[in-house]
Amino acid sequence: MTMSTGAAEREYILEIEGLKKSYGDMAVLDGINLGIESGEAVVAIGPSGCGKTTLLKCVNGLETHQEGTIKIDGREIGADGFDWRQARQKIGMVFQSYDLFPHMTVMGNILLGPMQVQKRKREEVTEQADALLDRVGLADRKNDFPRQLSGGQKQRIAIVRALCMNPDIMLFDEVTASLDPEMVREVLDVMLGLARQGMTMLIVTHEMEFAKAVADRVLFMDGGIIAEEGSAREFFEKPTTERAQRFLNTFYFE
Amino acid sequence: MPNSGFSVLLSVNNMRRLMIGLGGTLEIALLSVAISVVAGLFYGLLMTSKNRVIYGICRVYLEAFRIVPMLVWLFLLFFGSAIAFGTNLDGFFVSVVAFSMWGTAEMGDIVRGSLISIPQHQRQSGEALGLSFWQTQRFIIIPQALRRIAPSAINLITRMVKTTSLVVFVGVTEILRVGKQIIEFNMMTNPMASFWIYGFIFAAYFMVCYPISKLSKKLEAKWSY
Repeated sequence: MTMSTGAAEREYILEIEGLKKSYGDMAVLDGINLGIESGEAVVAIGPSGCGKTTLLKCVNGLETHQEGTIKIDGREIGADGFDWRQARQKIGMVFQSYDLFPHMTVMGNILLGPMQVQKRKREEVTEQADALLDRVGLADRKNDFPRQLSGGQKQRIAIVRALCMNPDIMLFDEVTASLDPEMVREVLDVMLGLARQGMTMLIVTHEMEFAKAVADRVLFMDGGIIAEEGSAREFFEKPTTERAQRFLNTFYFE
Repeated sequence: MPNSGFSVLLSVNNMRRLMIGLGGTLEIALLSVAISVVAGLFYGLLMTSKNRVIYGICRVYLEAFRIVPMLVWLFLLFFGSAIAFGTNLDGFFVSVVAFSMWGTAEMGDIVRGSLISIPQHQRQSGEALGLSFWQTQRFIIIPQALRRIAPSAINLITRMVKTTSLVVFVGVTEILRVGKQIIEFNMMTNPMASFWIYGFIFAAYFMVCYPISKLSKKLEAKWSY
């Protein structure tokens, strides 16, 4: 699913300007500006509490913001005539805590959104789901219940469930943070594959090596702002701000 | 032949009367359970309301039925209605009303507990897929809540069946009342009658409640995930 971007035009799937959010007196997001082009994989890193997760939640409306604008495919969130249900179909989100629906089989989980929200035909969605399950190596688990799967498998299913809605952009919120170490790789490989195929992605992660491999662009967030931004290479080899240097140093041991 | 008193159960007439009594018991129980389950679902949804006034009223209602013994409620409704409206309400009717009000309160609390026990993440995942509020309730929250309701709801149902024995005090013909009449009628000729009659009532309650609690075990196993 490669998306062709014209050389001249800048086609933003997601465009954020001056985004601010606070809980009471505490500012969580303090003026975020960000544009993500079609096909770009952007990774947000930073210390905990820096606002990464809140940023993702604002983008798909699980949190509301107080100032600034968020545009998805050129349409502003919260503007007149803006339809959340329609917008959310374009935004796939995968959470840290997998959150498959425990009373449904793998296939039931995947079919729910496309059939109930998008009113698509069962056969057509099943065909797509089969292909995606095959791609993440879980074709044989489609009739299993979530309890029968490992953490890594559940997270791959959660990714397939989001993909089956044919989103324009995928948001990943620390999807490997609650996995056992040996299962992290299988999930990251799936995400890396998606990025290579040109999926537009905004990823929040603590996996630095993965960030290096997958990111077209890295955002370093601290204190509710994007403190530094650059290509993965620039950022990891020569971070310019002191805060970023300090943050990166915490990941190295002598 | 020594009279063991068992003959009291062999009388066709006695048996017919006991069965009619059992029918009365079951009729009150089934009607009240049916009303309680349906009304309790709505009452439980209402109890998850974030509105403090609504929640407060629901809470008072629930506690009123928890604290005050069922027998007092029966008397209150039966004799109270007579004083208040000047008419004698039928004992059967009063019993169904009282048991339904109690059952609704208890059922509502069970429903409320299970609804709020579904993790917030489940709702968010549904919304993130674009499901509406009611779709999220219908496909994600309620199916999971129902599975958690089943064991305590069935426990409540068996409690209700057993407690119906109280309706004897408002003059309803149910199994316990019939049993007492038979015992008293045979007091002179058959002193062992009470043993056999109460034994039979014991068995009858067991036969009704045991399958219900068995069903609970079965549902629990089937719905676990």
